[in-house]
Amino acid sequence: MAETLDLSLFAKPAGDGTLGIDVAVEGIACGGCIARIEGAMKCLPGVTEARVNFTNRRLHVAWLDGVFKPAQILQTLESIGYRGHPFLPLRAEQEEGAEARRLLRCLAVAGFAAMNVMLLSVSVWSGNVTDITPETRDFFHWASALIALPAAAYAGRPFFESAWRALRARSLNMNVPISLGVILALGMSVVETANHAEHAYYDSAIMLLFFLLTGRTLDHAMRRKTRAVAGNLAALKGENAHRFVGDELVGVPVAALSAGDRVLVRPGERVPADGVVLGGGSEIDESLITGETARRKVAAGATLYAGSMNYFGTLTLKVTAVGGTALIDEIERLLEKAASAKSRAMRLADRAARVYAPVVHATAALTLVGWLLAGASVHDAIVTAIAVLIITCPCALALAIPAVQVVASGALFRSGVILNTGDAIERLAEADTVIFDKTGTLTLPEPRVVNAAAIDPDLLQKASRLALSSRHPLAVALAREAALCSPSDGAVEEPGQGVRAMIDGVEARLGSAEFCGMAEMSAPAPDTSSIVFCYGGRSAMIAISQKLRPDAVEVVRALAGLGLELHILSGDRNDAVVPIAQALGFANWQGELKPADKIATIEALKARGRRVLMVGDGLNDAPALAAAHVSLSPIAAADVTQAQADAVFLGDRLRPVIEAIAIARRARRLMSGNLWLAAIYNAIAVPVAIAGAVTPLIAALAMSGSSVMVTLNALRAYRGEGRRP
Amino acid sequence: MNVLVYMVPIALGLGLIGLFAFLWALRSGQYSDVEGAALRMLSDDDIEH
Repeated sequence: MAETLDLSLFAKPAGDGTLGIDVAVEGIACGGCIARIEGAMKCLPGVTEARVNFTNRRLHVAWLDGVFKPAQILQTLESIGYRGHPFLPLRAEQEEGAEARRLLRCLAVAGFAAMNVMLLSVSVWSGNVTDITPETRDFFHWASALIALPAAAYAGRPFFESAWRALRARSLNMNVPISLGVILALGMSVVETANHAEHAYYDSAIMLLFFLLTGRTLDHAMRRKTRAVAGNLAALKGENAHRFVGDELVGVPVAALSAGDRVLVRPGERVPADGVVLGGGSEIDESLITGETARRKVAAGATLYAGSMNYFGTLTLKVTAVGGTALIDEIERLLEKAASAKSRAMRLADRAARVYAPVVHATAALTLVGWLLAGASVHDAIVTAIAVLIITCPCALALAIPAVQVVASGALFRSGVILNTGDAIERLAEADTVIFDKTGTLTLPEPRVVNAAAIDPDLLQKASRLALSSRHPLAVALAREAALCSPSDGAVEEPGQGVRAMIDGVEARLGSAEFCGMAEMSAPAPDTSSIVFCYGGRSAMIAISQKLRPDAVEVVRALAGLGLELHILSGDRNDAVVPIAQALGFANWQGELKPADKIATIEALKARGRRVLMVGDGLNDAPALAAAHVSLSPIAAADVTQAQADAVFLGDRLRPVIEAIAIARRARRLMSGNLWLAAIYNAIAVPVAIAGAVTPLIAALAMSGSSVMVTLNALRAYRGEGRRP
Repeated sequence: MNVLVYMVPIALGLGLIGLFAFLWALRSGQYSDVEGAALRMLSDDDIEH
């Protein structure tokens, strides 16, 4: 039955009679791909625009409304060898794009102003020690003011706005001393220029803005890049549901489903939305929801959760409203509770700002009072006090942490860890306890062949090639063993029994024991499913079960070696948890836990003063992830769970967990190192400023010197620990 | 030193031209796909064979 695919959800009218669609494309590898894809798209009738974004691996197509259906674009892509996944650009992503352009504009203005003001300032500095005339110096100062004032008013807005928000909320952040320093430096310079003074501080103010904007722009660019990759991965995971329209089936994206729709779920597919079974019967695997590995039998009237895997029969499902089922409601209630009860660790930068700002402002005030008491003129006392504020302006301090974050998140990205939140690095470094979920986290998300070593390799290869023709979950698991990606020719599937094909003139059958003409065999172990392959006179029983991630043993041992306390908290039965805990050497494990029990355990650990890193993938882990100090989840996790995690890791291996901790710890050391560097700089510069000996030249040198030093130190985070080429 | 009276504005004017060129490039989306731009430069489909 050919099914039409309805993607109209993704096509957005542009207002001029055209529709636009954004597609994440798999397989774009080189410059040639750009030309091939754009060329193929432009051959379609009615296409007005086709543009590949190579940085994001995305394609945007616009075409005249009504000429062809959006599904045509995916077919065209497929015909030239690429797989496309349409997606709706997230609002947050668009807003970040606008913010990035704004930062770049500010950076450009600050850069222009910094170059030109420095040009004039260097002339004044060298003129002051030779033979500049006061008139020329005034002219240069006024020219600097003309450039610096409008430029600072424009480029400083990101800082001024943030500082104003903080002040209105009666708190302090790093932007308060920055804004104050910039405004005072410019204001004092104008007054000094009007008084024909020798020194003005336009260059300090503008350079400060330029350095800070550079750091912010880089930070923002890195976060946008990881956000784009995460968006593409979400599009790749997005599956289509089969919705009944009358008696016809139409493929629609899951996001287009609404309550009351009837959908068909075939064997081997995931349930697209929460709902109630109307017809059909099957066994479903709910390990992504509850962690339970034993399958549940369902019939008409049963409640299903989105993300469950349908095993044997075809089901008709009536979609219920999002939420509304007991489990989902409980998860949501727990999530709210966990989010509100959580005292998010205060970020290092904010902690530093809270100490730093009052100290700086007090020092400046004391300088003013001290000089007045010592008999200096009001003018001199004010100039010196402002010089203290300028020299302590936390250029290095404000760069110290973002610079490390940028470099560390780049290193994490290369290790396959995508951050959801920027301050996750600091919290990851603090973790001293790691809690793992079992199903899908310590074990692979999909079942695998577990007795491959006991089967004749030739027989296993033939079986796995035959398995490629079937969508049955056990066959899909077996097909992962196939070395070649071409299925056997002429395979015929007998629904509910197995597949058969002729291989080299001999019949091969893969399926249940009866289908292969053999007596029913008992499964080798509980939790293990078996599938039988016979070829000529030979046969093999292939056991398929949850399997540990390939490097789980080493990673768990290495984590223990780092001095971390390790736990397993699973929703699965105890007898399924015991073998895993033993194989990996976990001393602390608990099974048969409800989401609330997991939170209770985490709260108990927190009460003992432990900082908990939770690693989990199931829907039942989502509240625990939110309650933990910091959280990680594998890319195969349920959507709600992934949204809660601080970071997501890619691939079949568990190694990213230990790399994330190693990189985060290293980054944390560099952050505190940077804060110390900034403190040492202040310890030297502040006494000079208090003594009234700071000229603009010294201020400029000190500021650039400390910024460069801090940035170079941050670059050391690029080398991930324990990485070998 | 009267030369400075027009040299400095000229220098500023040149700088401003560069700034506006950058802002124009940013607005017309030339910074939205920097990796792609590096590769597109190498393809020569726009040349008629």
